[in-house]
Amino acid sequence: MVRITLPHHLRNLAQVGQEVQLEVVAPVSVASILDALEAAYPVLKGTIRDHGTHKRRPFLRFFAAGEDISLEPPEIALPETIANGREPLMVVGAIAGG
Amino acid sequence: MSQVRVLVGTKKGAFVCTADASRKDWNIEGPFFGGWEIYHVKGSTVDPNRIFASQSSGWFGQIVQRSDDGGKTWSPPGSSPSELKSPHGFPQGESNKFVYEGVAGTHRWYDGTPHPWEFKRVWHLEPSLSDPNVVLAGVEDAALFQSKDGGATWSELAGLRQHTTGQDWQPGAGGMCLHTIVVDPTNHQRIWVAISAAGCFRSDDGGVTWKPTNKGLVSGFMPNPEAEVGHCVHRIAQHAGRPNTLYMQKHWDVMRSDDAGDNWYEVSDNLPSDFGFPIDVHAHDPETVYVVPIKSDSEHYVPDGKLRVYRSKSGGNDWEPLSNGLPQQDCYVNVLRDAMAVDTLDDCGVYFGTTGGQVYVSPDGGDHWTAIGEHFPSVLSVEVQTLK
Repeated sequence: MVRITLPHHLRNLAQVGQEVQLEVVAPVSVASILDALEAAYPVLKGTIRDHGTHKRRPFLRFFAAGEDISLEPPEIALPETIANGREPLMVVGAIAGG
Repeated sequence: MSQVRVLVGTKKGAFVCTADASRKDWNIEGPFFGGWEIYHVKGSTVDPNRIFASQSSGWFGQIVQRSDDGGKTWSPPGSSPSELKSPHGFPQGESNKFVYEGVAGTHRWYDGTPHPWEFKRVWHLEPSLSDPNVVLAGVEDAALFQSKDGGATWSELAGLRQHTTGQDWQPGAGGMCLHTIVVDPTNHQRIWVAISAAGCFRSDDGGVTWKPTNKGLVSGFMPNPEAEVGHCVHRIAQHAGRPNTLYMQKHWDVMRSDDAGDNWYEVSDNLPSDFGFPIDVHAHDPETVYVVPIKSDSEHYVPDGKLRVYRSKSGGNDWEPLSNGLPQQDCYVNVLRDAMAVDTLDDCGVYFGTTGGQVYVSPDGGDHWTAIGEHFPSVLSVEVQTLK
């Protein structure tokens, strides 16, 4: 099972806890994880990446195995620790005041 | 006994305020969608318990929410309440998918260069006057969308954006937003919209084709002040009993049309400033109009530190200040374009919300004002439902 952590507002929107666990078909990548996430929780479509282009929304970042992978191609295979669920893929919202 | 339900959209959530016909004692529920910007909340006149809300965020984009119980519970349309109550229930809807019809194309950017049309958010939701499942959405970048399934899915009424002038539309400072939708209550095929900063447009065929209706508007910031499009219209209001008479608060100037928008003339007269955002019409008198003058386009707060609504009982011109119960010193708030509404009780109530988080009501047409609440987040929109 792949683990994904979501920001507060997306957890509320999807009515899930801090972490979601999903079966993801290999190779495990940001793209395949988000495909599985959106299939399980359709309300999240468009909130992390654009509906049509699948471009990451600008104020969100992806972290895996301690690295910011936001600018990596989304199809690139993620580390084994993410694929085997030892560590979560983290979807993080930018910090902002106001 | 009659009731009123005031729907407040703020920068940090939505609130539902209810009172009986005296409009003195208020029950406030919320915040709903805490932390999200709620640009607009509006109920259906066909089914008043059906309410739509535009929930948006710079981080996560656009969500449309719907309540079918008068604002007590909400969900993204597409999920049935029973699905949400299941042990593993979660919203199934995809109410945030706003995709422009065909090739999106370009409009004119601030610097005059072509810029791709990009969806950002829903500014205004206008439920149908005849079908509770039909609702229009005015969005940024300017376009009109329609849902026929209660907000679950959306499709563009592309004739507006694909109008021959569309490629020349430019955003105002607040973005290129379609913020006003007015449907003729006597002829639902006739629709007006207003876009900042393109102007006013009218459709006579239910939104399929459109024509600019800006004749008479003069905008000094444009190379041709009387151009067909490019005017920064802030708000349009109509009296249901006289649909061909329209009132407009423009970037500068308060305007009136008596021929469904074909021609406009200025009715600002003795206002302390004819810059402002909202405008509304008394529910029972099509010649009684309300505006909130703002100091200038550079200083978005009320003049002289005094919060005053101005009322004309003669269809514009001859304006009188209404200040009884409103702060008259050290007040520097703004009132945004969707943040004024009127109820339809015998003694017409007038409501508005400020960027300082106050929501005021006058139960007597503007003569006396009291606060429904004074400590909301900055108010983006106010609507009222009269429940009889």
